[in-house]
Amino acid sequence: MNFSKFPLAEYIDTLLDFLTDHLAWITKGISEIMSTGMDAATDALLAMPSWLFILLVAAAAYKAVGKRMALGTILGLCLLDNLQLWEPTIETLVLVLIATFVAVAIGIPLGILAAIYDGAHRVIMPLLDLMQTMPAFVYLIPAIPFFGLGPVAAIFSTVIFAMPPAIRLTSLGIRQVPADLVEAADAYGCDRRQKLLKLQLPLALPTIMAGVNQTIMLALSMVVIAAMIGAGGLGGEVWKAIQRLQPGKGFEAGIGIVILAMILDRFTSKVGRNKSADQ
Amino acid sequence: MDTGPEIIRPKMQVRNLYKVFGSSPETALKMLEQGAGKDEILDKTKQSVGLADVSFDVYDGEILVIMGLSGSGKSTLIRCLNRLIEPSRGKIIIDDCDITQLNNIDLRNLRREKFGMIFQHFALFPHRSVQENAEFGLEIQGVPKEKRVAKAREALKQVGLEGWEDSFPGQLSGGMQQRVGLARGLAVDPDILLMDEAFSALDPLIRRDMQHELVELQDRFKKTIIFITHDLDEALEIGDRIILMKDGRIVQIGSPEEILTQPANEYVSRFVENVDMTKVLTASSVMVRAKTVAYPKDGLRTMLHKMRDVGISSIFVVNRDKTLRGLITAQSCKDALESGDKTVADLLLCDIPTTTPDEPVTNLIGRMADANLPLPVVSAAGKLLGVVVRGSLLAGIAEGGLELETTLEHPNEGMAQ
Ligand SMILES: Nc1ncnc2c1ncn2[C@@H]1O[C@H](COP(=O)(O)OP(=O)(O)OP(=O)(O)O)[C@@H](O)[C@H]1O
Ligand SMILES: [Mg+2]
Repeated sequence: MNFSKFPLAEYIDTLLDFLTDHLAWITKGISEIMSTGMDAATDALLAMPSWLFILLVAAAAYKAVGKRMALGTILGLCLLDNLQLWEPTIETLVLVLIATFVAVAIGIPLGILAAIYDGAHRVIMPLLDLMQTMPAFVYLIPAIPFFGLGPVAAIFSTVIFAMPPAIRLTSLGIRQVPADLVEAADAYGCDRRQKLLKLQLPLALPTIMAGVNQTIMLALSMVVIAAMIGAGGLGGEVWKAIQRLQPGKGFEAGIGIVILAMILDRFTSKVGRNKSADQ
Repeated sequence: MDTGPEIIRPKMQVRNLYKVFGSSPETALKMLEQGAGKDEILDKTKQSVGLADVSFDVYDGEILVIMGLSGSGKSTLIRCLNRLIEPSRGKIIIDDCDITQLNNIDLRNLRREKFGMIFQHFALFPHRSVQENAEFGLEIQGVPKEKRVAKAREALKQVGLEGWEDSFPGQLSGGMQQRVGLARGLAVDPDILLMDEAFSALDPLIRRDMQHELVELQDRFKKTIIFITHDLDEALEIGDRIILMKDGRIVQIGSPEEILTQPANEYVSRFVENVDMTKVLTASSVMVRAKTVAYPKDGLRTMLHKMRDVGISSIFVVNRDKTLRGLITAQSCKDALESGDKTVADLLLCDIPTTTPDEPVTNLIGRMADANLPLPVVSAAGKLLGVVVRGSLLAGIAEGGLELETTLEHPNEGMAQ
């Protein structure tokens, strides 16, 4: 029994090497542009006094969700400010929002494709299974040669990790639109676009928003992991605490992540439900 | 006997239409041609037969009802007509255009221009208001906002939903939702309305109202309506003609009366056996030939003679072309001859009750109960077709009932003279 090892790792490395050799100039370029943009966004938010930022978020929370949510937001964010975690919090927030934005911008169209074309569905769904079961850390490795250490590589791996629910739930939401409604739309002569815009997307919206919500949550968890490749932010604080064996500091940053997660979750899950309650 | 509508050129011609569900319909199609049954084909080829060799015409402005047991292919048929289901073979010609040949874009335009569809479970869009639902078809056609708002409003008014424009479908009762569905169909002002069990989800009272409303709408706007139902009473109520289907094939096409009085086979008679005959028999099926008639030129003496000859106490006066002029009684004839100062014109009773050939017998029974004069049956053009006398009415009802047992022996006597 001495078959030689199938050189899967070698093949993958070769493929990635090939890609980095030929694509690196693009990805590095993207990396440059994105990190400049991200720095600018982070700086802008940090230039604002923390109390103003907190008030703005609380006001948005009050408007979108309610009084309790606004109160919780103020308490949570003040605690973060007090623990001197303000800067990493903002960094993490920016990372999460950008990664989510990219993941959703790619994920929803892919979800629509998978919903409309069975062929696309057959290709995309197994890929999603693969993406979701692959340990998150694995995505970090190829990100580095493409984007270099730092937040852009983090965003890249975060997008890949966080995108599946956006695709999956968009597709699901569209496919779940009752067949008789689709038939009615067809009977009145809808073309593809009209059917999508006037029927399928509006009815799928709550499901799509649930997908966006999950994407945000996954993005947050991945952004923390991505601290290992220099993403910084709250994850960076945790990572530092691990390396220096400072459990207290680690917990502080961990609590910061929880607070951020709760705020983001309430915002997005509420928006999805509000829309569906209109029906 | 042609009881169909007067315009003869068909609006729609369906020719040898087949539909086989499955991945390889060819073998199934061949077997169907050789007359194989649906079950046999399912056994041997695993293909499911939806329609087999269906041919019929739809006339402009008629309500054509499709009936049949569950799984007989009614929904498949109606969905083939606008190609929501792609037929496997056959032609569907609408206004000289074979729509099975249309490409996607032309097909979409055809659906926008010619068809409205109304569904059993309403299929309203839950995220759109009643108004927006009614506007849907027009919106798809790209009709400008103002115009479509007005048209949709009018359609909602027609179905009695004024004031509900801003509600959402979920807030309405079933009957109201179905009216919204109807309004959505009417708003686009289609030539052809396709209705798949459109009323079956409604409770009986609302259903009755909707049937009346539909017939009324059809009367006013002369839409061509193809209507699927499970309910024979409904079919008889609204149908100009009825198609009966079984296992994807048409078993019989005919007027409600023909289906009832001359069922093509066992299947049809089983379908119709529980019907209240008085509801569906019409004046034309219980009328008899007038034993004799008089003409305006006839003198009083001639008329009296004609009456004596056949033993009747009154006589209808008609022109040569059988246009009914009126009635003269034997008594008034005798009196006039004695006094000698009256002419035919003086004695003629012009304002007599008449009936149309498709008046249901139920309505006649009441009218005949206290009349001892025969009731003339008069066509739309005013011609005397026959008369209903009390005896013939009762006999007709009794016979009609019995006719269902035996077939093809209906004493379908012709018109008067
Ligand atoms: N998509 C499909 N795939 C396979 N077979 C189908 C499909 N649609 C319909 N059939 C078959 O075609 C036949 C006719 O179905 P159809 O729905 O037209 O019946 P129907 O007369 O409308 O019945 P019902 O009164 O229950 O609505 C049935 O035997 C059904 O099994
Ligand atoms: Mg059906």
